[in-house]
Amino acid sequence: MNLDLTEEQEMLRTSARDFLTKECPKTLVRKLEEDEKGYSPELWQKMAELGWMGLVLPEQYNGMGMGFMDLVILLQEMGRNILPGPFFSTVVMGSLPILHAGTEAQKKEFLLKIAKGDAILALAFTEPSARYDAAGVETKAVAQGDSFIINGTKLFVENAHIADYIICVTRTKKGTTPEDGITLFLVDAKSPGIKCEVMPTIGADKLCEVVFKNVKVPKSNMLGKLHEGWPVMAKTLEYATIAKCAEMVGGQEAALEMTLAYVKERVQYGKPIGSFQVIQHYCANMWMNVETSRDILYKAAWNVAEGLPGSASEVAVAKGWINEAYKFVTERAVQCHGAIGTTRDHDIGLYYRRAKSGELAFGDTDFQKELVAQKLGL
Amino acid sequence: MDFQFTAQQEAFRQEIRDFLRQELGPDWRGGKTHEMFSREFSRKLGKKGWIGIGWPKEYGGLGRPHMDQLVFGEEMLYGRAPAAAHILAQNMVGPTLINVGSEEHKKKFLPMILSGEVVFCLAYTEPQSGSDLASLQTNARAEGDYFIMNGQKTFISFAGDADYGWIGVRTDPNAPKKHRGISIFIVDMKTPGITTRKLDTMFDHTLYEVFFDDAKVHKSCVVGQLNQGWYYITQALDHERVFMAATIAGYQRIFDEIVEYAKSTKRDGKPISKDPIVQQKLSEMAIELHVGRLLGYRLAWLLEQGIVPYSEASISKVFTSELEKRLGNLGMQVLGLYGQLQRGSPQAPYDGYLEWEYRFSPMQAVGGGANEIQKIIIAIAGLGLPR
Repeated sequence: MNLDLTEEQEMLRTSARDFLTKECPKTLVRKLEEDEKGYSPELWQKMAELGWMGLVLPEQYNGMGMGFMDLVILLQEMGRNILPGPFFSTVVMGSLPILHAGTEAQKKEFLLKIAKGDAILALAFTEPSARYDAAGVETKAVAQGDSFIINGTKLFVENAHIADYIICVTRTKKGTTPEDGITLFLVDAKSPGIKCEVMPTIGADKLCEVVFKNVKVPKSNMLGKLHEGWPVMAKTLEYATIAKCAEMVGGQEAALEMTLAYVKERVQYGKPIGSFQVIQHYCANMWMNVETSRDILYKAAWNVAEGLPGSASEVAVAKGWINEAYKFVTERAVQCHGAIGTTRDHDIGLYYRRAKSGELAFGDTDFQKELVAQKLGL
Repeated sequence: MDFQFTAQQEAFRQEIRDFLRQELGPDWRGGKTHEMFSREFSRKLGKKGWIGIGWPKEYGGLGRPHMDQLVFGEEMLYGRAPAAAHILAQNMVGPTLINVGSEEHKKKFLPMILSGEVVFCLAYTEPQSGSDLASLQTNARAEGDYFIMNGQKTFISFAGDADYGWIGVRTDPNAPKKHRGISIFIVDMKTPGITTRKLDTMFDHTLYEVFFDDAKVHKSCVVGQLNQGWYYITQALDHERVFMAATIAGYQRIFDEIVEYAKSTKRDGKPISKDPIVQQKLSEMAIELHVGRLLGYRLAWLLEQGIVPYSEASISKVFTSELEKRLGNLGMQVLGLYGQLQRGSPQAPYDGYLEWEYRFSPMQAVGGGANEIQKIIIAIAGLGLPR
């Protein structure tokens, strides 16, 4: 057993923290929440120069050849600082499925661009049924000559409005199981027939409604095999869930630290409120949640990174726990801050809102518990 | 990072499992009142060389690293091994003597602890000194080569069975700080002037009050140096942490039985496990157990790196003890009306263990430093909040 990060991981963490503190202050976070695009192209380019977009991509695609654990460390920092923009959708939801299921030609075409920061991706999976499983996929793709024609509506697609390419999860046949008959396509976002609209959300994270109306995609843009796209999607969901957990753990750390700083300095009855036992208990409970969340994140991430059996249930356990922990920590954080914590001007609200949007992404707590129950054989 | 145990550790795990199954059988649930006190078992374990596996080799231990000790602790707890008779001696007395004890104490006590021959009780708490332990009033007054002890201890486990007592006593009432006037004595429990009185608990175990009325003990009974007792008490807690790291394993066993019951028992014509509300609760507990186990691994890992994990240990203590209460409740809920049946009833599932667990479960949150105190330790020592 070894529960320490490597020296390289510690360095990555420190440099990411320094960079984000400097380049992505909360004033920018707030501005981008209101911004139509929701990201800063200058910041995006700087991140690309640091090699972040290609962190886990092999060197032949201009990547840095690092591992999933390293990406988790980076995402933790992004969640801690709150980094608005398309890193998650491009790198986690975009580059990973291409890396794992793409043809050599697709990898060359897309991964090189992604690593350079020249392509923004989105993954269109969930639909109005709002489910994170194969049965929720009804958007149809029908073969027509050398192309497929896609029709359907996707919801909650992060960053589709700025994406260059959208990976669309479609149903190409009615199979014997919901998982059978799923096919993924790499769709040029400028293709005729795509209509995209940003939905206002609690996390201000640019989730979009994307309508595909007779959208034509060349066969060569199929990602993975015909009808057999579900394993690719399932694997991507596993990565994405852990990646989201990483952001959420980082957010918890920030919320706790802000709270500790505040209760040490805020004076009532002539004393810092942090000297009151009730506040001390709150803070101890918050810390307990942060620590446990971090451990469970690393355990599950390690499982996924190592490709060990049973990683799906590890992921469900982690997300189930971290969902509740992040909400708890941010709720207590607001309480400890008092009225100021409820204002738009205060940073704690940014985290409070993201705790909820984070829970909803890739399965809320009830969903994860259901997966755990299955694993228990109930 | 690597969350795997080594092949040797897994082999050790299997060896412990086999040993316990052979000694206790698969259905062992503790003695008559689910208690885990058995001098006979402790002797067997001593013979096997499995007391003090973490102690240094030069003192008769196996010198096994913390991760091995964690594995050992997990299996002992999962197997409900009745190890209570030697546990305090192994975890608190022995390690403190190794660190600060006189040669005489080491020579006399360490071998008998390792062989499982001796039972110690640990007596710190007093009627007026619970969470504020350093305010303890039981005192020892020097008189030539002897000390005269007076006072009262309470809530002491095993005191009625113990051969020796490990007693926290005030030896300098004028010390500038109350922590600095405390010493530890090892006393023969048969010493004239020491008496015990039973204090029955709602979980059927007997605790004791211990009275000292002019009990005369030789000055060689003082552990280490006079008036350094407070430091020994807190240091000894460090040694206990690795055993705390394994706590969840005992709860996992209870949980596994609850799940087994839910799957195999029908209510309204279908297995209880098909009830969505039951599923939800079981799955919530599975997540918590997972989290708790990792807290323990983190503890053992830090100890193995030579770090004393103060706050982590407090977190672990709070987390696991609060979890235990929820687990006790969950068990009875899943069993429904059968949950209330006690040991002795032929209809009691698992021989009434879950009913007993419900009564036992509040203990951990109260004992060993109440959870409220642990949280204040976390806040002040761990998070730097002001006093």
